[in-house]
Amino acid sequence: MSSEWPLWEVFIRGQHGLNHRHVGSLHAPDAELAIRHARDVYTRRNEGVSIWVVPSAQITASAPSEKGPLFEPANDKVYRHPTFYDIPDEVGHM
Amino acid sequence: MYAQMVKSEATEEDPEKLAAFQARIDAGERIEPKDWMPEGYRKTLIRQIGQHAHSEIVGQLPEGNWITRAPTLERKAILLAKVQDEAGHGLYLYCAAETLGISRDELTEQLLSGKMKYSSIFNYPTLTWADIGAVGWLVDGAAIMNQVPLQRTSFGPYARAMVRICKEESFHQRQGYDLIRKMAEGTPEQKAMAQDALNRFWYPSLMMFGPSDKDSVHSTQSMAWKIKINTNDELRQKFVDQTVPQAEFLGLTIPDENLKWNEDKGGYDFSEPDWNEFYEVLKGNGPCNADRMEARTRAWRDGAWVRDGLMAHARKQATRRVAAE
Repeated sequence: MSSEWPLWEVFIRGQHGLNHRHVGSLHAPDAELAIRHARDVYTRRNEGVSIWVVPSAQITASAPSEKGPLFEPANDKVYRHPTFYDIPDEVGHM
Repeated sequence: MYAQMVKSEATEEDPEKLAAFQARIDAGERIEPKDWMPEGYRKTLIRQIGQHAHSEIVGQLPEGNWITRAPTLERKAILLAKVQDEAGHGLYLYCAAETLGISRDELTEQLLSGKMKYSSIFNYPTLTWADIGAVGWLVDGAAIMNQVPLQRTSFGPYARAMVRICKEESFHQRQGYDLIRKMAEGTPEQKAMAQDALNRFWYPSLMMFGPSDKDSVHSTQSMAWKIKINTNDELRQKFVDQTVPQAEFLGLTIPDENLKWNEDKGGYDFSEPDWNEFYEVLKGNGPCNADRMEARTRAWRDGAWVRDGLMAHARKQATRRVAAE
């Protein structure tokens, strides 16, 4: 019978100056209607000033099993944070 | 609740993986769709979230019944906004269920075939305008009791859907209380209508939490998995304790002769609803089961040409775009 409308991921910019953030997903036949549906489903209470929609099938995600190799190397690189360095009080704010 | 008597699926899997999974849940970690999960966890969640989503959608029917007959334009706008919210809640939840590997169409078809259920409460009719107040005050009030703790449930997409829903649900309960308060403070006839609505919706609201814990066989596994946070009786008690003073403020009487403050437990003693009635409604023998399913089936069938037509249009446009490039 009929084929199901594809799934879209919805990103909303909450206020001017902020990033678009993922808020959820919805079904729509095309991009234009996905925007209209997103407006109805995700911005009924002034939640946004801009909407992006992306076909869910187009998203490539990292695998949960790769969590270790991808993110653990950052754990032992404390020197990447400003708090790693002692600045004498006499120097003042830096 | 909106998901009543959800059966937990047994799981037979690698004990080591199961232990690691349980450890993640015990540590308060959220499980995400691509993470490993026991088959029983996945199936139970599809059933629970699906039932919850269906309840939101079917729940539009008793209230939609009054949109054209709302007494003022303001009340009509409020009711429209509320019913639209319910559609949105259904969509958030369907999307959460879909991350577990079931499609939207499969979920709809399982509702229409009777394989999946929706909450017993929506099989009761909304006979008068006061019922719309009772639904917001009592039914949404009972739903909030369950949904607030579910914001901490272990499955990420479900928890996030709950956060959005809870933000909107408070409006639903307050508009209902505001509506019934106007009637309770109105003419004697209006007050009688408010009392009648409370009389009819009180016990069905108590049933929303599901059978007593001593008869609830699926709780233990679901609670270990943190897809059920409180027991049915805990939530029901909390609901009664919260609602009784609200009724007193309105000058309305809870239809229960045994209702009494119990100092020792710090809560009210109250009568159990008629559980035979509950099981009959679940079996399909409630006052409106047939109407509700008929309305959903008709909407699905009559909407088919729109769904197909828009998809055909989208395909044609896509082909044209490719040809033009």
